[in-house]
Amino acid sequence: METVITSYLDKKFDELQKKDNDNKFAALRAKEFGRFQKAGIPGYKNEEWKYTFINNLFKKEYKLDTIDADRAALQKELTAMKLPGSENANELVFVDGHYAPELSSLLLDNGQLNISSLSAAANNEYKTLVEENLNQSSKYITDGLLALNSSFIEEGIFILVKKNQVIDKPIYIYHLNNAVENNLLAQPRSLIIVEESAKVQIVEHYHTIGQMDSLANEVMEIVVKENAIVEYYKIQQDSPNASQVGTTHIRQVGKSFVHTVTISLNGGIIRNNINIIMEEAGNEAHMYGLYLIKENTHVDNHTLVDNTKPNCFSNEFYKGIIDGHATGVFSGKIYVRPDAQKTNAYQSNKNILLSDTATVNTKPQLEIYADDVKCSHGCTVGQLDPEALFYLRTRGIGLQDAQAMLLQAFSSDILEQIKIEPLRKYVDTIVTGRLLPQEPAMAL
Amino acid sequence: MLKIKDIHASIDGKEILKGLNLDIQPGEVHAIMGPNGGGKSTLASVLAGRENYEVTAGTIDFDGKDMLDLSPEERAREGLFLAFQYPVEIPGVSTTNFIKTAVNEKRKHLGQPPLDAVAFLKTMKEKTALVEIDKSLLSRSLNEGFSGGEKKRNEIFQMAMLEPKLAILDETDSGLDIDALRIVANGVNQLRNEHNSIIVITHYQRLLDYLQPDFVHVLVEGKIVKSGTKELALELEEKGYDFIKESLNATAAV
Amino acid sequence: MAEELKMLEETVSKEYEYGFVTNIETDVINKGINEDVIHLISSKKNEPEWMLEWRLKAYYQWLKMEEPTWPNVTYPKINYQDIIYYAAPKKKPKLGSLDEVDPELLKTFDKLGISLSEQKRLSGVAVDVVMDSVSVATSFKEQLAEVGIIFCSISEAIQKHPDLVRKHIGSVVPMNDNYFSALNSAVFTDGSFCYIPKGVRCPMELSTYFRINQENSGQFERTLIIAEEGAYVSYLEGCTAPKRDANQLHAAVVELKAMAKAEIKYSTVQNWYPGDENGKGGIYNFVTKRGICMGDFSKISWTQVETGAAITWKYPSVILKGDNTIGEFYSVALTNNYQQADTGTKMIHLGKNTKSRIVSKGISAGKSQNSYRGLVRAAKGALNARNYSQCDSLLLGDKCGAHTFPYIESKNKTAIIEHEATTSKIGEDQLFYCQQRGIDAETAVALIVTGFAKEVMNQLPMEFAVEAQKLLAVSLEGSVG
Repeated sequence: METVITSYLDKKFDELQKKDNDNKFAALRAKEFGRFQKAGIPGYKNEEWKYTFINNLFKKEYKLDTIDADRAALQKELTAMKLPGSENANELVFVDGHYAPELSSLLLDNGQLNISSLSAAANNEYKTLVEENLNQSSKYITDGLLALNSSFIEEGIFILVKKNQVIDKPIYIYHLNNAVENNLLAQPRSLIIVEESAKVQIVEHYHTIGQMDSLANEVMEIVVKENAIVEYYKIQQDSPNASQVGTTHIRQVGKSFVHTVTISLNGGIIRNNINIIMEEAGNEAHMYGLYLIKENTHVDNHTLVDNTKPNCFSNEFYKGIIDGHATGVFSGKIYVRPDAQKTNAYQSNKNILLSDTATVNTKPQLEIYADDVKCSHGCTVGQLDPEALFYLRTRGIGLQDAQAMLLQAFSSDILEQIKIEPLRKYVDTIVTGRLLPQEPAMAL
Repeated sequence: MLKIKDIHASIDGKEILKGLNLDIQPGEVHAIMGPNGGGKSTLASVLAGRENYEVTAGTIDFDGKDMLDLSPEERAREGLFLAFQYPVEIPGVSTTNFIKTAVNEKRKHLGQPPLDAVAFLKTMKEKTALVEIDKSLLSRSLNEGFSGGEKKRNEIFQMAMLEPKLAILDETDSGLDIDALRIVANGVNQLRNEHNSIIVITHYQRLLDYLQPDFVHVLVEGKIVKSGTKELALELEEKGYDFIKESLNATAAV
Repeated sequence: MAEELKMLEETVSKEYEYGFVTNIETDVINKGINEDVIHLISSKKNEPEWMLEWRLKAYYQWLKMEEPTWPNVTYPKINYQDIIYYAAPKKKPKLGSLDEVDPELLKTFDKLGISLSEQKRLSGVAVDVVMDSVSVATSFKEQLAEVGIIFCSISEAIQKHPDLVRKHIGSVVPMNDNYFSALNSAVFTDGSFCYIPKGVRCPMELSTYFRINQENSGQFERTLIIAEEGAYVSYLEGCTAPKRDANQLHAAVVELKAMAKAEIKYSTVQNWYPGDENGKGGIYNFVTKRGICMGDFSKISWTQVETGAAITWKYPSVILKGDNTIGEFYSVALTNNYQQADTGTKMIHLGKNTKSRIVSKGISAGKSQNSYRGLVRAAKGALNARNYSQCDSLLLGDKCGAHTFPYIESKNKTAIIEHEATTSKIGEDQLFYCQQRGIDAETAVALIVTGFAKEVMNQLPMEFAVEAQKLLAVSLEGSVG
């Protein structure tokens, strides 16, 4: 605990504040830095961090500023990390946690979608929108990390999906992090407003260059208005030296529909906070996740569904396959406030351990203050169903193939939830490749 | 084809099969009947190689091979097929892909090239007609949400696809209405020939009416206590198992 | 069914019936805790030096610890200097002669339904009775001694069987396990001790009845049960307290040890004073209960019916150390008015082929908060560990809360752990069906709740199941608007 190093951040913070003290965010940053200093880095004793120990990540200094890297080299790395379907997507790029408009490209015009830097939006006609909606997540997450991100808000992304616009070209957000020469702390920030009856698909993808350590401490806030539909995908497949703590805070302020899928395949320590706040009656949300991890990867999916109004529906389904020395954590909370009568909420977490050194910790929670509700959760930890394995083997399918088949089947119902076809295929191929036994099995 | 000699098998330390003998020649249909707990399903499990059953003594010879040495999948590839009493539901695994994998695993074992998509579909089409199985079932997850009859039909369909030397039908008739029973029995009959053999495990006469077994055995307390022709099954239907037990007791008393 | 109904009808309208105070001369020490108090308690009990040292060690550790804040309960800060740590009825009877028991005391326990006089005893149940800080009587001692069973107060055990006590005390719940166990270790005053020798099946139910009488006193009892190889014992505890406006602290420690092939069944019917309908008064029930299945093939089973106490904080746990051991936890927790309960269990699987089963039924009514909190852990070596947990919550009314906080940790790929939980309100169609058949709403609720809790109630020893059912009905009183 004592060896956590954060004092260098004071200096960085002062520098930032001096650099642009007339900045819109100066006051917010000051307030949040105070919070960060008070709260510090959460340890084991913090119930919300019981199963994920991140102090070790803070035993070194990180560089926060972006490096003036060779643009051509960046472009090359960016091309390498692009996801299938990108030719049909609006692409936004963060480099080292800072929005890089020069690397971004849009397919849609202003009438449908307004995309700008967060600081620009804070000064133009969207000023009020930004003021009202930025940093609402701090009401829910009081640990030092969210405050740390807010302390350094500078150039984030602002996206406004305009009323009645059904955006058929998804927004891909690439996080390119440079840890070639220095340890990097990237702190991307974004605010997305989806107006009435609009529809949008958002995809996030992460790539770290270099062998030094990186930590992405990300905050994304999404506001979903009446009758809007938001799909959110997070694909995590970074290098083992790349850790991340990400918060996706989704407020359903009007009766709306939200669908999230989090796929975690590789990385260092990964913590995904997804909060869904049902601020209006009749909301619906679906949250899915698959963590297929090995080696020393640690994935913690930490979710909250806060039902504040009646008649909301949420369904949460996370699955994990854990191999090597990896650790999978699921912590899900369904919170039903006294006014949220007729809440319907489900939560399920299923895990399979493949090695003798893998660990799973799961904590599905129901906190219910209204009586007319239907809530349930279930979780399982175990192996593949021996009866199913036997059945496959009696049909002549070898043990390893049978296991692979069942693991693929286990993950398939999460993968099916990726509704962007090229993306689904891409993830499916990776998952299938990872699950197949060493000797290539028959193509199915 | 199959020679079971003095087999003893136990589960969780409890002996279920207590010296069972059975000899099956190619082309024969054998029915195994008997009261609950007599060891009928244990016999099926032991033959198929279910791991939690421990064979403590005896031998099983399958076409010249020591079957007890083989894993469940090796036995299957050698031509043994078990139609499950309770077919397993496997969400996420499509029935077609599953059967294709199984067929090609067997072909690989026999040194044959895998069936290409066209050939596979052609075979499928033929066999689906045989067991009157609804094609839409084949694109669904394996047995998931299938009715009892659909599951059993799917078992016979897989049997048709895999063309086993020895098929064991473990209470395939249980839970089937008369139409489903007829369809299943017709399917089985069409798959019968002079090279392959069938073991039918059942409680009831009605499936045997369709299948016309060559031999009927009564399995009680882990042993075959009486063997005969199909007339034995009729006698059992009429008198129940008690008459066997009584005659056994009478023998014991002598 | 008809009988059940009649019983429920009789009891539904009753309120807390054990709320009276016994006027009895009591030996009370001054409020507060410090080294001198611990010396005083130890000397009043004429304890050996090692016991005093043990207490003091616990006290120093307690001073360094902080009161836990993670339970889902809220209460004003407890002033530990405002509690009386020792209160005992005077004229303590000489051990073994019940005739010398104060007649007031006998009357008290008659009123509580626990008869101390020989002829009226519950048949087949041996009872140890603890009032405030001391054990006042233990029945059937001689009969039990004949088969080698030691059943007495822990104070007596410290005097007569010091080696046994010294060997086992604190071995399952270390003194510094948590804040309240440390406090208990420093100031515990009495409790039950039970030793079942190798191969002995205890011929009757053993039972301890706890009663708080003295105002402003805390109750810190300590129970230790040891079942040697192949032994079996079924043990039941009950508890009540007078109605008082001030909250009182009850911080007990229970330790169970089952050697190879031994079985301990521990049942609790907890009916401490829950406070009034406005949330005033009531007992703070902060209890540490833990058992260890030391030897192979041993089994520990906890059953609890929790209807009392203003605040409950307890997690009867099992450490499955031996191979092929079994741990069970069956719980009904009913909260009404302003009661708060944070209760559950821990199943720690260490040995091979260990099994555990958790069935928790939470019922919330009034403005109460009811939380299940449970941990299931399969350690690295817990080959083939198996757990199944079922946690159901039933909500009566829209001002109460029902919460579920399971923690599942597995480090073994062969372990299978399943947890299921549901939360729902009492079915309107069920209620209507009963009412249409002429059963009034309150009785119908009691009926439905009894059905909801049945799986757990079935685990209780026969003699207490009926009493526990009555208790459920009584505690629901006023929950239907």
